[in-house]
Amino acid sequence: MATTAVHGGARNAVSDSLTMIGRSIRLSRRNVDTLVMSIVLPLLMMSLFVYVFGGAINTGTQYINYVVPGIILLCTGYGAASTAMSVADDMTSGMIDRLRTLPIRSSAVLTGHVTASVARNLLSTTVVIGAAIAMGFRPDAAVTDWVQAAGLLLLYVLALSWLAAGLGVIAKSVESASTLSFLMLFLPYLSSAFVPTNTMPSFLHAVSENQPITPVIETVRGLLTGTPIGTTGWIALAWCVGLLTCSFIFAARLFRRRTHG
Amino acid sequence: MIVEATGLHKAFGSTKVLDGLDLHVAEGTVLALLGPNGAGKTTTIRILTTLLRPDVGTVRIAGYDVVREATKVRGVISMTGQSVALDDQQTGRENLVMIGRLMHLGRPAARRRATDLLERFDLVDAMDRRVKTYSGGMRRRLDLAMSLVSQPRVIFLDEPTTGLDPSSRTTMWDAIKDLVSSGTTIVLTTQYLEEADRLADRIVLINGGRVAASGTTDALKSQVGGDRLDLRFAVEADVARAAALFDAPRGTDPLVLGIPSDGSAEHLHRVLDDLRLAGVPVVKVSSHRPTLDDVFLSLTTTDRTSVQI
Repeated sequence: MATTAVHGGARNAVSDSLTMIGRSIRLSRRNVDTLVMSIVLPLLMMSLFVYVFGGAINTGTQYINYVVPGIILLCTGYGAASTAMSVADDMTSGMIDRLRTLPIRSSAVLTGHVTASVARNLLSTTVVIGAAIAMGFRPDAAVTDWVQAAGLLLLYVLALSWLAAGLGVIAKSVESASTLSFLMLFLPYLSSAFVPTNTMPSFLHAVSENQPITPVIETVRGLLTGTPIGTTGWIALAWCVGLLTCSFIFAARLFRRRTHG
Repeated sequence: MIVEATGLHKAFGSTKVLDGLDLHVAEGTVLALLGPNGAGKTTTIRILTTLLRPDVGTVRIAGYDVVREATKVRGVISMTGQSVALDDQQTGRENLVMIGRLMHLGRPAARRRATDLLERFDLVDAMDRRVKTYSGGMRRRLDLAMSLVSQPRVIFLDEPTTGLDPSSRTTMWDAIKDLVSSGTTIVLTTQYLEEADRLADRIVLINGGRVAASGTTDALKSQVGGDRLDLRFAVEADVARAAALFDAPRGTDPLVLGIPSDGSAEHLHRVLDDLRLAGVPVVKVSSHRPTLDDVFLSLTTTDRTSVQI
């Protein structure tokens, strides 16, 4: 058939991914409820922490300067949860069968969802930072600090999005995908996102000091407020790279197993 | 034979779904897989379309092995499953263009192909509306159009009209007939005997994971016998006398006797004359033509013996 080009090869893999990225971004843009929630919810959380709890929490600085990185990571968790749900939707509807019976690498569907997830997070993070500045957030960071913070957050978002994609692949339904991704929403609370960890009971203190979110938050906070970060930056980087590698392999292997017949 | 499946076995855990199924489809023909729920129709389709591997057995589509040469098979087939595979938040046109792009048509070619298909399936007025606003019939048509973007040689349709109202069903049938006239090979599953009767050149009846019967619709119908006259009597004694008179076996209904007929008026006259002469009063006469339902029931309710016609 003349109209069907030769399949396989790197160029086609890139072209398939671009097509699926375009699709996922279009779907995100039109799924207005989810999009609005992914922006409104972090703003609500930020207002809640700054204006309601913040007065009672002593961090040694202006609370808003303390809490912004935590809010950004929290909203990443929400973004990732919706990624898990869209992946689960494709895996449990007829869409995955349609893609699998085309002569393409059907995992391009995951690339599409993950990229759209990163784009959504980019948008909500920008809005959160803008709103934070309006609420009195005064970052003290050079351009290089901003670039480093953005790079680390990008790695973190990518890692979480691939993890969410993997959860979406194993979920038996859209509802169970949203339940599975609950952990990602919960972890930021057990970190230094909202309160200094030394105020927690000793076992929680140990958990929160040694989970990936704390070093990421500490690094972003240090970079944005112009305080020294020491080795925390490297620990955060190692966590993000490790998490990204694991969650990518996790998602890819599960996808292969689930679609292998 | 563009589709050749031999000795397919498939089990999920301890549940045997396919138990030595064979299937052959000649290029340019329509084959209907007919069978009760759980007979193995969908599993068969999933194996033929590379979605599922058989435990035992081989399938070749256009000469390519579905397991070892899955990508080549995917280049010549397309599948429309039971659940409609469309993005509700994309328009009809966007859905089609997306598949075109995945088939590596350039953007202009993908758009042209989408427009052609939208015209062909009478969806032009709705093409820039999101699919979530489409009716059930429109979704099915768009779903079928999605399968045609790649211009496949073999199309698999898993219950293409289940859940559609009669008029949408007729529209789907017309669309499928159009495909056949353009030389596409079609394998479809259905629970509707009328659908198989209308569309298929050959019917394969599956029961318990194997072929219970196969052949043309006419051949299958003649297998359960020709026309029949059903005579209803007032009392059982009359049924017994009539049974002796025509040497016909008693059926399940104690007041009804079925006798073979050629369907002619002359035969009916003769039967009524014979009954009057013998003094057996008959209450009611109806003539019965076998349908695919009879074939279906007689083959799926009895046993699993295989009948090849």
